Amino acid sequence: MMLQLSGVHAHYGSIHALHGVDLAVQVGEVVTLIGANGAGKSTLMMSIFGQPRASAGRIVFDGEDITALATHDIARRGISLVPEGRRIFPRMTVIENLQMGAVLGEESNFDVDLRRMYALFPILEERCTQSAGTLSGGEQQMLAIARALMSRPQLLLLDEPSLGLAPLYIKKIFQIVRELNREHGMTILLVEQNAHHALRVAHRAYVLQHGQIILSGTGSELLASPEVRAAYLEGGQTESAA
Amino acid sequence: MATLVLATHSISPAARFKDAATVAFIALLLGIPMIGLTTVDQGGALRIATRWPTLFAFVAAAFAGRLVLRYAIDQFKARKLAHERSAAATAAADAVADSRRAGRPLLTWVGWAALGVALSLPVFFADNRYVVDTATTVLIYVMLGWGLNVVVGLAGLLDLGYVAFYAVGAYTYGILGTQFGWGFWQALPVAGAMAATFGIILGWPTLRLRGDYLAIVTLGFGEIIRVILVNWTELSGGPNGIASIPRPSFFGLELKPPGDDPTFASFFGLEYSPSQRIIFLYYLILALALITNVFVSRMRKLPIGRAWEAMREDEIACKAMGINARNVKLSAFAIGAMLGGFAGVFFAARMGFISPESFTFSESAIILAIVVLGGMGSQLGVVLASLVLVLLPELGRDFAEYRMLLFGAAMVLIMVWKPGGILAHREPTMRYVADGEKR
Repeated sequence: MMLQLSGVHAHYGSIHALHGVDLAVQVGEVVTLIGANGAGKSTLMMSIFGQPRASAGRIVFDGEDITALATHDIARRGISLVPEGRRIFPRMTVIENLQMGAVLGEESNFDVDLRRMYALFPILEERCTQSAGTLSGGEQQMLAIARALMSRPQLLLLDEPSLGLAPLYIKKIFQIVRELNREHGMTILLVEQNAHHALRVAHRAYVLQHGQIILSGTGSELLASPEVRAAYLEGGQTESAA
Repeated sequence: MATLVLATHSISPAARFKDAATVAFIALLLGIPMIGLTTVDQGGALRIATRWPTLFAFVAAAFAGRLVLRYAIDQFKARKLAHERSAAATAAADAVADSRRAGRPLLTWVGWAALGVALSLPVFFADNRYVVDTATTVLIYVMLGWGLNVVVGLAGLLDLGYVAFYAVGAYTYGILGTQFGWGFWQALPVAGAMAATFGIILGWPTLRLRGDYLAIVTLGFGEIIRVILVNWTELSGGPNGIASIPRPSFFGLELKPPGDDPTFASFFGLEYSPSQRIIFLYYLILALALITNVFVSRMRKLPIGRAWEAMREDEIACKAMGINARNVKLSAFAIGAMLGGFAGVFFAARMGFISPESFTFSESAIILAIVVLGGMGSQLGVVLASLVLVLLPELGRDFAEYRMLLFGAAMVLIMVWKPGGILAHREPTMRYVADGEKR
């Protein structure tokens, strides 16, 4: 088991956002977490990083309890986050963003990893000396993913990578997720509102509602499930057709 | 693009003329009672006299002023529009990159030219104490600006109490020099370490604060240090300050009139002149400032410097990269404070006398203004802003009570024309060519 959350509660100020979440990610899997706005998806993602810290329950990564670790120490254990809204460093150049992602890595790996990222995202090579803030939304999302990969993580957390992107880029992002997993063996936990795409790429999936897991199963099971279809896919169908 | 901009934004000369004429007419209406007519005392009785030539000059000035203002506003709008358009267009990215590539040698050239001027200044103005003194003051502010730039410009921590570290440096030297007989060079590293310690003392409790909240706490910290200096009379001499602080020596050679010990003048077989000390102090602060510049530029290229900048951009993302935010912030505070402390030691040595009055909030405000006006994070911008902020009040002396008005107007103008500071462009820390090779 790579990541195991058991009975995790979390609060945002006075709001009780997570009510005892159980979730597991195994090595080599893509696990998707879907849910409506405000269901607590991002809170769950950030609470793995201790922001906010889980108020009850346990988070175990690779056999080690990381519930109480500082955010930067959790990152050092080999978890990398692509945060919601990308959160790239806008005034720094693309290459500097990638350097920041590699802070934890060996310096001798940098050039190799950089080439790997350029091969995965050729647009980043073209834009490497440009300030990251001047990139388009889709390019910024790719930069955020590349930055997270620069530390050679064991587990990649992707928080709403398709948010606010053009359909073409959404397609591309999910292609990359698939490629990272199938060809590079990356373990991925993916949080998405775009349920259709997200479930198709996932091995297993969870549905979060009001801070609780209400449904889980394989990606295709959930795609076929009437509840999921009614709540998350009817609107999504038209979007995915584009 | 230029023609496009002209087409949308230029106004015909006739329209400008009409606009200016309207303004002149209003000026005339207002001017008749206020300027055209005046009362004179004639043999004890008041009589109304006319001043048509003055009124005419006033109206003409209003007319001309309006023409110029209108033109300036149009130019400004046109440029802003052009700027926005170029930012919006995708192709602009390349254009910007091109202009930057072209712009960089220019800035580098300006930097070297400034250094050349700075180095040769005392040669041309050896007899003009006022010029060398003012230049020394400019350099103190340049050094302080570069120090604060680490905290505000790079790490993005708004510090309104920077003068506290300047004071800690100055007082550390003042006390060590007068009570323990330490020399300038011995005290310099100790005072720097002392200021850095105070930087950490300030940084520790404020780690979780950002923006306005941090600004308020640092403002308070600056005041606390000043109030302590005023009240702890045994240590700091209170409001009377510390006098007869030893002057810096040139490798052990004092710069003073010939006496028993060998002095700078006697050692080199020169005739003693008081201007030697002034010029020595000038070169001393120039050297300290240059070391600061090289040091900060180097730091920026190291992982720690990059982490400062990333912290300014996004703290949460930084933590998720595995960066220890506490260490990064504390190091920025400590290094910024240390540089301020060095400047403080020089200040004490130059003046020979320090008192809490030299370390008021307005000093903090000026240093912060230098960093912000210069363009946050820009080293050359700090130099230009220091020149503006120190020289304007000096040049403004002829305008007597209007000089602060002039000063304020200049700051407003800079912020209107260059909202990001004089040099808002951020210099990348690393240049790569397309195939990923380091250049």
